[in-house]
Amino acid sequence: MSSYEAVTGAPIAVPHAPRPVKRSLSTRWISVLTLVTLIAVWWAVTAGGWIEPLFLPPPSAVLQKGWLLATAGYMDSTLWQHLGASLSRIGLGLGFAILTAVPVGIAIGHNRIARGIFDPLIEFYRPIPPLAYLPLIVIWCGIGELSKVLLIYLAIFAPIAIATATGVRTVDPAKVRAAQSLGATRWQLIRHVILPSALPDILTGVRIGLGVGWSTLVAAELIAATSGLGFMVQSAAQFLVTDVVVLGILVIAIIAFAMEMGLRALQRKLVPWHGQAH
Amino acid sequence: MALLSLERISAQYPGAAEPVLSDISVSLGPQQLLVALGPSGSGKTSLLNLIAGFVEPSGGRITLDGAPVQGPSAERGVVFQDDVLLPWQDVLANVAFGLELAGVPRNKREDRAREMLALVDLSGFESRRVWELSGGQKQRVGLARALAADPRVLLMDEPFGALDAFTREQMQELLLQVCRRTDKPVFLITHDIEEAVFLATDLILLAPNPGRIVERLTLDFGQRYNAGESARSIKSDPRFIETREHVLERVFSQRGAAQRQERA
Repeated sequence: MSSYEAVTGAPIAVPHAPRPVKRSLSTRWISVLTLVTLIAVWWAVTAGGWIEPLFLPPPSAVLQKGWLLATAGYMDSTLWQHLGASLSRIGLGLGFAILTAVPVGIAIGHNRIARGIFDPLIEFYRPIPPLAYLPLIVIWCGIGELSKVLLIYLAIFAPIAIATATGVRTVDPAKVRAAQSLGATRWQLIRHVILPSALPDILTGVRIGLGVGWSTLVAAELIAATSGLGFMVQSAAQFLVTDVVVLGILVIAIIAFAMEMGLRALQRKLVPWHGQAH
Repeated sequence: MALLSLERISAQYPGAAEPVLSDISVSLGPQQLLVALGPSGSGKTSLLNLIAGFVEPSGGRITLDGAPVQGPSAERGVVFQDDVLLPWQDVLANVAFGLELAGVPRNKREDRAREMLALVDLSGFESRRVWELSGGQKQRVGLARALAADPRVLLMDEPFGALDAFTREQMQELLLQVCRRTDKPVFLITHDIEEAVFLATDLILLAPNPGRIVERLTLDFGQRYNAGESARSIKSDPRFIETREHVLERVFSQRGAAQRQERA
């Protein structure tokens, strides 16, 4: 799960980070160079005929297939329709997860009784790989859209709820007292102080949740679906259409990357005070 | 006539052997600036927390206008030592926060907030982000925010403790000017003796173990400043120095007594 690494490993970009004066090659350029090299090697080994196209088609073939898929489609749907199916599932799962996990997280962080109820439940199901309980969900809810959205929902719910609870628990008590002495009621306190204070943590939870949710979704589509990127890759593999498989994997990776970057940008925009001394 | 009155207040943390505060009686009326001065452990912060309603006394009565104090309320505005502004809002919204909580319409509360910012000399800072401000500016915003909600009394918890010496002097003078213009009764706690003597109309000296009042003084140096005398001339006045040394001696004699007690 790459998003875990991204969250813990890579430093969150701070707008005013001091820039080292002298640096021959920036980190970004090293990354770009690595990518270019990788594609060049891919092209070289396929163009040189060292690897059969059945095992690894050349980049040009994958691109061509991409164009074909985007216009004509594969397995009754175009690439866009597969992509749309996957994105709408994760969008629904994420939407429901945010709507429910944030209140639950606030309750856990704020209220002893809620913590007693939800903490063990979340800690119990969270370590179970979603694919392990997918069969049970299929037995209960069939193989329709509901099962897949529910599966993603469950995968995203835990990280958001836990991150929200952490954020609520680490709210500066002096800020709470200050608001109380300005006459804040319990609800005003949550709305004006606790929720915005916890927002950076909530967004981190969403980032982690989206990473987990995306991997879960694609895996779920491999098993039980008639559309979606996971399904596209799986059915192409059955017919040894390797270029579609490679293309599918690339699209899955690019979407995950785009979501991560989008959320980081959102984080910078929504919580510009995060990391500032205040 | 007293607006805020504390009658025989005591406070004890659960499980602690000795009370934090014992038998504190003090009152605060209009145009008074009551300063509680004491070393750490003398219970000054506990005293402020009791008045603010953050904690409850274990004995005694606190009343505001005759009504017992229960829990925090906008009637008792608090200025804290640390910066407790909301970083997701700009300066103007921070100052208007208390009025927003009270449901005052935007136009009205922003007008009032602008007025308060002018009072603390921060006009032109309305749309600044909180983290762009210096320590002294943040404390001014904190003061403006507490005043904007129009509290009956203003409680200040070592408001200038975290500032450098130069800024602290400026802030002391600003506070006196604000007091003169708003007529708000102020209860301020500090461990800075010079600050206490300069600001207070009424000074209570607290000693630890348990926190209790060991001396009460009525002073007029702040009023002299507001009458036009310069802060430097007041602070170098022999009478000021004498008072300061007297208070200092009282603090040390208390501490010496406590140490002798421990050794015995």
